[in-house]
Parts: sequence; structure tokens; C-alpha cells
Amino acid sequence: MATVTEENPLTEGLERLPVHPTTLVIFGATGDLARRKLLPALYNLAHEGSLPERFNLIGVSRSEKSDDDYRAEMRNAIEQFSRTRPSPEVLDALLENVRYVPGTFDDPAVYDALRKQIEEFDAQADIVFNRVFYLSTAPEFFPVIVEALGEAKLNRHKDAEVRVVIEKPFGYDLESARKLNRRVLRVFRERQVFRIDHYLGKETVQNVLAFRFANSMFEPVWNRNYIDYVQITAAEDLGIGSRASYYDKAGALRDLVQNHMLQLLALLAMEPPTAFNADQVRNEKVKVMHAIRPPTPEEVPKLAVRAQYGAGAIAGEPVKGYLEEDGVPPDSFTETYAALRLTVNNWRWAGVPIYLRTGKRLPRKLTEIAVTLKPVPHLAFHEGGSLGVQPNELILTVQPDEGVSLTLGAKIPGARMRIRPVNMEFRYGTAFLSQSPEAYERLILDAMRGEALLFTRDDEVDALWSIIDPILAAWKEAGGPIPQYPAGSQGPEEAEALLEPGHHWRKL
Amino acid sequence: MSEVVWSARDCTPDKIETALRDLLHTRYEEHQGYVPARVLNMVAIVDREWKGEIQNRLEGVGRYHASRTILVAVEPGRTTLDAWCSLHSDVDLVGPGQLALTHEDIEVDIGPKHVANLATIVDPLLVRDLITIVWSPHGHDDAVDVLLGLADVALLDSVEDLDVAAALERVAELAARAYVVDLAWLRSTPWRERIAANFDPPYLRPALGQLSGVTVRHRSDSTAAALMLVGWLASRLNWQPHALTHRNGAREGKLRGRRGEVNVRLEGSDLSVPGLAGVTIDTAHGDEFSLDRGPGGLTAYRRTRDGKEHRWTVLGASRGERGILGEGVRQALLRDPTYRPALEAARTMLS
Repeated sequence: MATVTEENPLTEGLERLPVHPTTLVIFGATGDLARRKLLPALYNLAHEGSLPERFNLIGVSRSEKSDDDYRAEMRNAIEQFSRTRPSPEVLDALLENVRYVPGTFDDPAVYDALRKQIEEFDAQADIVFNRVFYLSTAPEFFPVIVEALGEAKLNRHKDAEVRVVIEKPFGYDLESARKLNRRVLRVFRERQVFRIDHYLGKETVQNVLAFRFANSMFEPVWNRNYIDYVQITAAEDLGIGSRASYYDKAGALRDLVQNHMLQLLALLAMEPPTAFNADQVRNEKVKVMHAIRPPTPEEVPKLAVRAQYGAGAIAGEPVKGYLEEDGVPPDSFTETYAALRLTVNNWRWAGVPIYLRTGKRLPRKLTEIAVTLKPVPHLAFHEGGSLGVQPNELILTVQPDEGVSLTLGAKIPGARMRIRPVNMEFRYGTAFLSQSPEAYERLILDAMRGEALLFTRDDEVDALWSIIDPILAAWKEAGGPIPQYPAGSQGPEEAEALLEPGHHWRKL
Repeated sequence: MSEVVWSARDCTPDKIETALRDLLHTRYEEHQGYVPARVLNMVAIVDREWKGEIQNRLEGVGRYHASRTILVAVEPGRTTLDAWCSLHSDVDLVGPGQLALTHEDIEVDIGPKHVANLATIVDPLLVRDLITIVWSPHGHDDAVDVLLGLADVALLDSVEDLDVAAALERVAELAARAYVVDLAWLRSTPWRERIAANFDPPYLRPALGQLSGVTVRHRSDSTAAALMLVGWLASRLNWQPHALTHRNGAREGKLRGRRGEVNVRLEGSDLSVPGLAGVTIDTAHGDEFSLDRGPGGLTAYRRTRDGKEHRWTVLGASRGERGILGEGVRQALLRDPTYRPALEAARTMLS
């Protein structure tokens, strides 16, 4: 056991580790993300007793309102969106230490008011709270807020940890991401910066690491000798809804591939870290990113496909095409579908195609990683009618129906040696009693604890954009119109051209 | 809710096991989306007379319901086995592509003569390769003893026996043979977490070496819980435990810390639920920290040596007794290395 002055010996055996008293400041406190995700996540942490022993929240937003008005809005959002039914006593106690600061994000007076409120919390409690600034605003305000925090000297404190959490998207392309990184890192040190990709907070995404590195049976086949190809899919049946103004500027490549899907790829392809800590894990992920050679402009048409959904049907109901959606310019050539073929050029993965595809208005919502192994080298019982023999496939489903399945060839009962694929399945819901926390609960708590493993480091952001940027540039150069696929279909036919002989897109 | 059931009088474990297999098969044929939960087995041994009460408690654990629950009801005078099995899911599947988790409940009525060989009745009914937890809320220590060879975990509540010394003795005996999940210990989790959190800031950690007093307020029948909390502090902070004595309706004593003695006092308190009502910790420098039950969480209070006082709410919803039992089931899948040292320290304070 450690001496009491060095470590806290009372934390041994506890599931919920102490978090230093914290004042959390949410910029964009009245926005959709705050209402639907952040405030309910905070309530759930409070409900479970996971928030810091002492916790204050300050909402910052443009609209003028009182503390009480904001508390009422917060109560309403929590009651509407919390995954657990709120306990009135816990909610009341949480709201007691909530304050609101109105104003525009470039107004120095906002930061004066903010500092005054933060210091008032410190004085009342007679302790110095850690400060976490959560930027849940439109991306153009990220540098504005960061620099204003620096101007107001709220970026450091001699007796407290100060951290900044930055929502996605982090940049619009490589250049803008680098510029944003420079501006952020002029004010905060990298260890203070927590760039959110909420996908990394999902239990099933983290399970990719557990699955790979806690089971010795997969490592021997986890390489180019045994793996034929990998397919990562993030499909949605929904359209763009009311997000036209954001989505038409972003497109599928920026919205999902640049962050979530490349993160999945990195977790799938990385080498085992020497230790499960933020720097070691992120070092290995960055190595994978660097091993993916960005395509040249000439290569882009052969390695990347984009398309837009046209009119079609989802769940038996007719739906509009992308260009008919409210708020979308009729001449837009923003892609709602993107598919890529990438290769990780290192000893383990050389020559293994890794296919990525994402799209809206596809037949179902599904995120999965499918690893297809090479076929057996010789089939002794082919004569017996073994046409059903298929390569083994390992499927890691991220959502919905989180789990892992493995297809194996098995003998069909009967006198003849006939084979067909059967599934060996593991589903999260059948094997654990606990309910997975929302990704934001985990991420907010980690940011308050200073645990950066599930956040994106500056060089990681750079590496992610470096892969995507040439494709964005080539597509911009090529202009439109772009291929269409009917809503509810499997996607554009053009995506078939990305596949090497013998490979196929998994049916959605 | 969707359910298929089977029952039989005067049957054998083999018949029950066959019936279960048939039910699972039928269920799968009915809809392939009925997926059996495969997390843990739970064996509960109860008095036949109070079976309904335990069924209600088990239903209350919600998502922490064991994958397969085997409720063994002991009925005086019974000589045969009667059994009832149910496979149930929260939803009734109709369309393709749906999934529903299925749990299995088995009830077996036995007589006292069956207890000595209870393992041979229960063993064929367990799902193999899953963790098995045994719970015996109405005593039946003899039944638990014969099942420990099958079980990985013994679930108990050390405050249920009014003879505190006997209760902790029994817990220690079980802990030597299986992993013990003690509901009394789980009720103290928020208290332990908050005490740990209070001393977690680096500038406060040195105070852990200077604690001079611990007062625990507890429901009068929850002395074991109070002892375990002090036992936890003693084992984590290297205090040498000594026997406590009764004085003015409380238990008092001095434990030897690294830098001096620590006064310990356990006081009874009016409380509607089992467990702890409050705890106060003093340091040799005159600081005081206390926690008490309050609305929306625990009410924390701190008085520093210069007389400054602060009071705040440490947020957290009460789990309630149903929640505690559910947490007990969940904890069967985890391991807490601090329980047994705390238990040993608590026993020493009773000696």
C-alpha cells in the first residue's frame, strides 16, 4: 500500500474514482447539443454519483436570460432527454449551482462576468475548482472563444487545472484544422485540450481494443497473411433532416469519414500499445494514419466514390431526394454517400484493401467493421457439393445490436459433406448486466479527470485531415453533378468499381 | 412481456433440465430473435412460506436480473420435488429482424431431506461456464454450504443477523471459500466514495495520516455496516484495530494510527432503511468533515481549524433496497479487493 501522502489509498477498489471539484463552463449552453446531450449527460452523472464531489455549471450563450430562466430550460431539457427518469431531489440539487452568463462570444465583458462567477464559486467553497471550458458552439466560434479565454487570462491558473473541450468538426480541411490547432495551442497547452469525437466514447468502439488486445486467438491472423480485406460501414436510413445548412457545407466525407470512420480504422489496424494510456494509444493510432498514403489527384477517381441520394422509399414510405430537401441548393453537389479504398502501408497490412463507406438514406442504420479472411487454400470435400463454403468473416457491430459475430463453415446435417456458413454470435445485451452509459457521459467525466485517451490529439487531427484533404480537393476541382442513388437502395453502382476482384460490399 | 412456462409435480432435476431445453428450443422456433441472456446463474434458497416476497425482490432488480434464476424453496415436511420454469422476455416479437433478451426462471420446491444433496439437484440446472451466485436470505446456511462447491459468489447481507459477531464470523467463513458480495458493504459505497473524494486533492491527502476521530451513525440493526466502514478506513490507512467497548449505548474505542490514536465511536440512529446515517471524521489539527443523508444525495459539512464552515450536497440518487440487491447481482461479476481486509478489521474490533 502507498503512503498516505503520496497516493490516495482510499480509492483502491472503488469503481467511481474521485474527480477534483470542477466548474464546467458550457459555451453554446442553449444549443441543440447542450440540450439533447450535454445537460442530460450531466444529470445522469449526478444521478449515479459520478460528478465531482463539488460541481458548478455556468452556461454561456447569446440570448439574454436570468439564472432562473436558464435553470428552467435546463430542467426541461433533462426531463425530455435524460436516459434515466430524473429524481426531483437530485435535479434540484444539481440546479442549485447553475449560473448563466449572457453575451456574444467575442465580447470581453462576457469573460469578465465569467471570471467573476468562477471566482465567486471558489470563494463560496473556499477551494479552487478546476475549470473546464466546453465549446459546444458553431465551429467558427472555437478560435474566438479560445483567444478570448486567453485574453481574459482564464486559460491557466496556478492552483487549478484548466481544460478546454472542443466539439467537432475540428477544421474544415487540413489547412483550416492546422490553423485552428495553431490558434488553440497559442493559448492552451496540448495537455489542456480535449478534442471530442463522440464515437470514441461509445462502449463498442472501445471494445475494438479490448477485443483485439485481450484475446490471443486473433493476433496470429490479424495481418495481411490471413486477412483478405476489411470493410467499415456507417450507414444511416435518415436523410439530413433540418441540418441542411451544416450538411451541405460538410458532406459525408467530412461528416463521418474524416473522424469516426478513420478512428475505427485506426483502432482496427494499430499495433498493440505498450501501455493503455492516452499517449501510447494515440501514438499507435497516429502511426496507422501516417501509413495511409494520401491519394494523388489522379488516383482519387479510382479510390473514392461520391454520390447523392435521389428520391426513393424508406420503410415503405416515399422520401425526397437530397436536392429537394429544405435548405439544399438545387445545384448542390455535396455528397451524401462516400466510399473509399485505402491501404495501410506497413508490414502488417500491406496489400490489404480497407473499404470505407458511409451514406444517408441507405436501407438501415448500421455501423460495423467486417474483416474477411482469405479462403482456405484447398477444399478437400469440394466434390460433395460444398458450394456454400465462404471465407470466414468477423463482424464487429458498433450500432445497433452491438456485438461480434464470426461466420464459420459447418457441415449441413446429412449423409453428404455439404458445407454452409453459420454464425457464432456475441451480443452485448446478452452478456452484460450494465447499461452502457451515453458516450457524452464518459467523455465529460474523462475531460474533468484529465484523461485524454478518448480524445483526439493535435497530430492525430493533422494525420486524419491529411488523408481526406486530397480527396476533398479533387472532388471540388471536379465539380458536379455527381452520381445519384435511390433513397433506400444499397448505394450507387459506382461504388462497385472500388472493389478488387472477388470482393463485395456487404448487403445492408 | 412474452413468456412460455412449464411445471410438474414430483419430478426430477433431469426432467426439469429436459423441459428447459425444450422450452428454449420452442422459443427459438417461435422466433429466432429470442436470445437467451448468458451472464450469470443465481441460486436463491428461501423458506417456502416467504417465497413470494423474495420473488418480488428479485423482480425489482430490473436489468440486473440473472440470466437464469433458480429459486429453491424449502418446505417443512415435503418429500418430493415440484418445479416450475419460465422463459420470459420484456417484449413479444412478431416481425423479422427483432431481438429480445430472454431470461430463465426456475422454481423448485424441496423438503428438508433434500438439502444435504442440494448440489445434485441444482447442478444440472445451471448454465455451464457462467458465474454462479448463491443467495440465502432466510438462513439455510447448510444449503449454502453444500452449494459453495458449485458457486463462485456468495451474496449476503451482513446486517441481517442481529448477532453482529456471529454474522461477521459467518461472512469470514464464506469469504474463505468463495467471493462474497455483501449488501451491507454495497450500501456503504457512496460513503466510501465520498470520503475518498474528500481527501483526494493532493493538498488534503496528508490529512489522511492525521485523522484523530471517526464517528459513524447507523441504524441500530446496522452495526455491522458501521464496523465495516471503520474497518475499511483502518485497513486502507494501516490503523491497528482493537476491540471496541459498549458505553452509553454506543461502541467506542481507540485504534492505533501511524501518528497517534484514532477515537472511534459507533452510534445508533433513527433511520427508516438499513445502513449508515452519517459519518464524522476529525483530524488532529482540528479540521472536521462529515457526511449525512440528505435530499438529492449526501449532505457534506466541513469545518476547518480556523472555524470556517461549509456545507454542500454531494449529488447522487438513492438506489433504494431494490437497487442495492441489483447492485449485488452486478457486483458478482466484479472483484473488490478491499472488502476482506475491511471485514478482518471489523472482526477484530468485535473481539
